[in-house]
Amino acid sequence: MSTSVSTAPSAPAGAPGPATAPKAARTASDRARAWATRAPLLPALVFLVAVTQLPFVATLVISLFDWNSLSPDNRRFAGLSNYASVFTDASLRESVFTTVLLTATVVIVSVVLGMLLALLLDRSFMGRGFVRTLLITPFLLVPVSAALLWKHALYNPEYGLLNGGWAWFMGLFGVSEPAQPDWISDMPLLAVETALIWQWTPFMMLILLAGLQSRPAEILEAARLDGASPWQMFRYLTLPHLRRYLELGILLGSIYIVQNFDAVFTLTAGGLGTANLPYTIYQTFYKAYEYGLASAAGVVVVIGTIVIATFALRVVSSLFSEEANRA
Amino acid sequence: MSTHSVADTANTASTTAARPRVEHKYAPEARRSRRINTGLGVLAWIIGIVFCLPALWMLLTSFHSEADAATNPPSLAASLTLDGYRTFFGDGGGASPWPPLLNSLMASLFSTVLVLLLALPAAYALSIRRVRKWTDVMFFFLSTKMLPVVAGLLPVYLFAKNVGMLDNIWLLVILYTSMNLPIAVWMMQSFLADVPVSIIEAAQVDGARLPTVLARVVAPVAAPGIAATSLICFIFSWNELLFARVLTGVRAETAPVYLMSVVTSQGLFLAQLCAASVIVSLPVLAAGFAAQDKLVQGLSLGAVK
Repeated sequence: MSTSVSTAPSAPAGAPGPATAPKAARTASDRARAWATRAPLLPALVFLVAVTQLPFVATLVISLFDWNSLSPDNRRFAGLSNYASVFTDASLRESVFTTVLLTATVVIVSVVLGMLLALLLDRSFMGRGFVRTLLITPFLLVPVSAALLWKHALYNPEYGLLNGGWAWFMGLFGVSEPAQPDWISDMPLLAVETALIWQWTPFMMLILLAGLQSRPAEILEAARLDGASPWQMFRYLTLPHLRRYLELGILLGSIYIVQNFDAVFTLTAGGLGTANLPYTIYQTFYKAYEYGLASAAGVVVVIGTIVIATFALRVVSSLFSEEANRA
Repeated sequence: MSTHSVADTANTASTTAARPRVEHKYAPEARRSRRINTGLGVLAWIIGIVFCLPALWMLLTSFHSEADAATNPPSLAASLTLDGYRTFFGDGGGASPWPPLLNSLMASLFSTVLVLLLALPAAYALSIRRVRKWTDVMFFFLSTKMLPVVAGLLPVYLFAKNVGMLDNIWLLVILYTSMNLPIAVWMMQSFLADVPVSIIEAAQVDGARLPTVLARVVAPVAAPGIAATSLICFIFSWNELLFARVLTGVRAETAPVYLMSVVTSQGLFLAQLCAASVIVSLPVLAAGFAAQDKLVQGLSLGAVK
């Protein structure tokens, strides 16, 4: 790509600042000016470090202690034994697995669906804006109310819309006793995944739609006139262009869904093998009062997230420098 | 890549010249592609409606009586009533939903204001009058957003317990501010960077002082972006469950936590639950539709414009 050569264009914009002043000419007044430039930034930085970084340091420290709040007198230094428990404890190990499965399924399915919807919306037809609004609506429901909606109004085996609609449909064919599954008990993880996919597909669609609409129109037009088929155009022009948007959607989606608590908590309360790590950690400290163990599990989640986040940051940074160069 | 596009553009130009004849030759094909287009439009409508169906069903059920809400097969054409809403607002002698709704409103509004107060100057120092290594600072902000909330939960809980801030709305205000600050800094930075430096410099040459420049030059350009940022911060705070669930009790309970208590083990509650969900989601829906254009930019932390 020709854009990657020049990170320089961002420099002229920064030129008025003292950054580019010759080092030798640095005087006290220069330094004062540098601090004046920095000053507006400091409140936000200090606030963020205090509220987000300090608690994590505390988590690291607590994770090294054997500490159950029901017997506070027995608190003692335990080294890495909590970490050993995290990896040997069957339920914690299972929740690691559940987290990976849940996140991967939800992200992949909603990216594919979001892509199809974005392609459908990336053409002019009557009422496109309205259809777009319809499609965004699931994402704009409060997550708890969306989860409650699925649990009680859709999945409920007696009067939920899924079984009710099915009974009505089969009734049309004269079937009087259609199958009425208990969705949440029969397929708990799938039930959670479906509800989450419903909420996250619009997110993927929005990002991919933005990507589709940023394709250079003249190249598409040229390809069309050169006789490229729609599939060829998708495969060789659209998909490469969308790559970064796909990556961004997948990574941001993963970061949000790895942390999901609302759906698991509301739909199954972590039962039936749907407890993911955030839920298990919540359970370990809020219900079992195992502070040390919960903290060690928290540290493990952070390490897992850092791995994803490193990739995410790289993608964001490449999009970001592209924007900076275009400006 | 650039050489390609030059050739392609030339190609386009030469083909456009011969256009009338080409169009005539492919007339049946054009008609066919128009029909495909209409078909895809109809498909988009159908998918849109099916996709939105659960939400529409929730809206409809909220206007049904409890008895009509819990039938199988579903009673689509049942008569409409406001009973669900009346029960939710405590007409049947139940608890009033106003305290949790007001708590949510307070936590969301105050944290959004605090976010703006912190993020605006920070974004100024990252876009208009840049500090050195400003991209590093940007990425530090972003990296804090990637730290899982649950990892810091226990220390926050212990801290709040020791200083007596459990069940206190101000604790949520502080936490929600830290949750939204990175997003706000990123969004605001990208909006402020849109303000042309030349205009700012021209104003300064004309002798305008900093407050004047900010009010007269920067604010008008950045105002829509600032509004969208506030709406997105408001949505995230309003939706939050984990902190609210662990750190609040009776006094500072927020709407999402309260929503879960509508579900009871005795009797029918579906119509009331749907009414409650509609009410609790309304502010988010309103804010989301208002910020629709900037929603992607906010959710992708400013990476996608």
